[in-house]
Formats: sequence, C-alpha cells, structure tokens
Amino acid sequence: MRVTQGAFSFLPDLTDEQIRSQVEYCLGNGWAVAIEYTDDPHPRNSYWEMFGVPMFDIRDAAGVLTELQACRHTFPDHYIKINAFDSTHGRESLRLSFMVNRPANEPGFWLERQELAGRAVRYTTHAYATNHPEGERY
Amino acid sequence: MNASLHHRHSTEGTDEGPLDLAAAFRDSHVAEVLEELERDLVGLVPVKSRIRDIAALLLIDKLRRNMGLCAGAPSLHMSFTGNPGTGKTTVALRMAQILHRLGYVRKGHLTAVTRDDLVGQYIGHTAPKTREVLKRAMGGVLFIDEAYYLYRPENERDYGQEAIEILLQVMENQRDDLVVILAGYKNRMDTFFRSNPGMSSRIAHHIDFPDYSVEELVAIAHLMLEQMQYRLGPEADSVFREYIERRKVRPHFANARSVRNALDRARLRQASRLLGHSAQGVVSRENLLTLEVADIRASRVFADPPDPGTASGGSPA
Repeated sequence: MRVTQGAFSFLPDLTDEQIRSQVEYCLGNGWAVAIEYTDDPHPRNSYWEMFGVPMFDIRDAAGVLTELQACRHTFPDHYIKINAFDSTHGRESLRLSFMVNRPANEPGFWLERQELAGRAVRYTTHAYATNHPEGERY
Repeated sequence: MNASLHHRHSTEGTDEGPLDLAAAFRDSHVAEVLEELERDLVGLVPVKSRIRDIAALLLIDKLRRNMGLCAGAPSLHMSFTGNPGTGKTTVALRMAQILHRLGYVRKGHLTAVTRDDLVGQYIGHTAPKTREVLKRAMGGVLFIDEAYYLYRPENERDYGQEAIEILLQVMENQRDDLVVILAGYKNRMDTFFRSNPGMSSRIAHHIDFPDYSVEELVAIAHLMLEQMQYRLGPEADSVFREYIERRKVRPHFANARSVRNALDRARLRQASRLLGHSAQGVVSRENLLTLEVADIRASRVFADPPDPGTASGGSPA
C-alpha cells in the first residue's frame, strides 16, 4: 500500500529533475531545506530523523541534491522527505514537505477493530513493517 | 571559422545560419564585467588578458553548443598565484560574475574559505566539514585561499589530504555544479601542485598575478581615495609616492593592501589633527576632504632610516 504523506504524494514519484526544481523554488523563497528519513510509516509518526543538519546557507539546489544522494545511499529502503522551513518572523514553520524516497515494497497496515460495550468499535492501525525492529523493516 | 570544418562536424537538423558574434557578446553582458574589471583594477595586464581569453573561449563554446557542435563541459578550475594584495580575491569575485553571465555557474556567488573551513580537528571530522563547504559553494565559485596549507607533507596523518581527495572528487564529477579557484604564493603553490599531480591536472587555468609598480600603486591609492571621498592635498601627492617607494622595499609589503592600510592610518591622523586644531571650532568641507602632507609624513616609514631590512631585521619580501 502506497503511503501518502506531504505534498505531491498522490502524484507519481518525482524525478530528480522535478525535485531539483522544487528545491530551487524553496531556496528562491529563502526557506531552509532539510532532509529527514524514517522507517516507521505510521501516519501519526511526525518525528522523523534528520539527515545531517538543516541547510540554512545553501544557494543552489545542487547542494541539497548531493545531500539527498548521500541519504539515499545510506538509507536506500527508507522513507525520505524534504522539508522547507520558513524562518520569517511570525511564520517560523514548515512551508513545504514532500517525500523523495520510499521502500520498494510497502506492505501496508493492519486494521484492528476492538469491540466495546454497546456495539462501539475502537480502531487501531498497525504497520506490518513495524513488526520488525527499527532498521530491519524494509 | 572555417566553413568546411563547420559542415563536417555539425549534425543534421541544426541551424546553419551565420551567428552574429557581436550580438551574442552583447547579450551575454560579459562586456560590462570586463569593462568594470578594466576600470576598477589598475595594472594586472596579463591577468586581464587571460580573463578576456577565457571569457572569449566560453562564449564561443556556448555558441558552438547552440550550433550543435561538440562542446564538452570545459574545465574551469583555476589557480591564482601571486603575492599578497595583488587582487586575487577581487578578480575571483569578478570571475564568478563572468561565469554566471555566461551560464557556467548557476548562481554566481563566491565562497571564500581557508584550510580551517575544510579540515577537521579529529578523525571523521574532515569529510563532513569539507562536504558542508562544497554544498554551500555549489552553483558558484569556491575560492580556497592559501590552498597549499591543505597539504602538510611533514605530518603524514594530517587530515588535509582527506579534504584534498574529497575536493578532487567533486571537481571531477560535479564540474557543472561548481568552479574551484585555488590561490596563494607562487612558489608554494608550485610545490603544492608538484606533490598533488591530481590537483594540478584538473586545473585548466594557471594565472599569475604580478606585483604592482609604484605608478600603479599610486593609481590604486587615488581610486581608493575617490571611493572613500578623500583627496590628497597639494604636495601630499608626491609625499605619498615617496611613502610607497619606501614602504615597497620594507618587509611584509602587501601591495594594494598596504596602500589601503596606509590610507586608513592617514585618515586616523587627519582626524586627530582636525580635532586638535579645532580650537576655533570650525572645519570646512575642504578640511574634511583633504589628507595633508603631515598626515602622511608622520608614518613610521619616514621616521626610520631609508635603508631597508635594518629596522625590523626581516628581509624584504
């Protein structure tokens, strides 16, 4: 099951050229770009690991692409996303976030229904991948 | 261009009409940078002609590519050698602009670094540090001042070698992402290139910056004064020339940088002279503008005997 998260995730995967253009757009707006990765695909997992440090003083997308290649090389089967942070006063938050890498095989989620009193049902989603410890999931 | 040669190499389906070279030159706006170079930089004739050559080559390469002719990405890495204060950093800045206008670098910014910015302090520190700098420089020009400090043969475990290797790799594989300019003293750079043949072979343009003559240094001083909105008073002109002649043979002479420092000190003296003499409490615009003979005469260079080398014991550079 294809995990959809962040911008563009219902589109086919972006090519490197498209990623470069998006990053150029971010840099053109003065946003700081950072790369994050994880192997826990749960939608509520908002704490991804950052690869390296946020790139505050990069002028050209080639620098980000180089870092992305390094990240893909280290974590070929992880989810990787690019975040663009706007440090303008009053904004100070992410402006754009999109996935740039995903595992070849995404097994999807198990949906657990728990029967409660009075026919109420409580739902739990559980990623099959997380049956294995971190680092051995994909 | 030879017409038959042209036809032999061109592929079918490309535009065969003649190109307006003058228009292409005008459109690239390189002429403006070259003019600025001519106007703002005194002397440096060999450097300027080399830069003109490089700019011409790049423009022609670009036209060739538009015509569908073979134009491999040219190697643009350079080495600037010369004594301190001969304008290496300034020219590097202009070079970045030229390359940007011709479309050989995408952003055209200059990242100036030294050994400290590239080489780490402990094992595993150097690679990330160098990569960080390279990432920052991408899309522009990376200017490594006193590059020979990267290589320290006396210490075989020096991390500089690691930085050189990463640098070489990027210089080779990401040629269209950044241009590297190495700078430093001539003889030490020569030693550096001899011991790092890989580096030497990847650098296409070796440009040597000559020392300035006294005339040129005086012209530079006038340019600087104009920018700072000062002028030399009557007779101060010839005194300043004498100052330069004396300063030039003394140790640690750094060409244009020494001129700037001398002018800065003259401004200091002028300021305290004006304050000290302002008993009447008024200064004219003329007073504020003018550096007098006394401001320059007060220099240590005039106090010491003109014989060089005796004052501080060092030999003149």
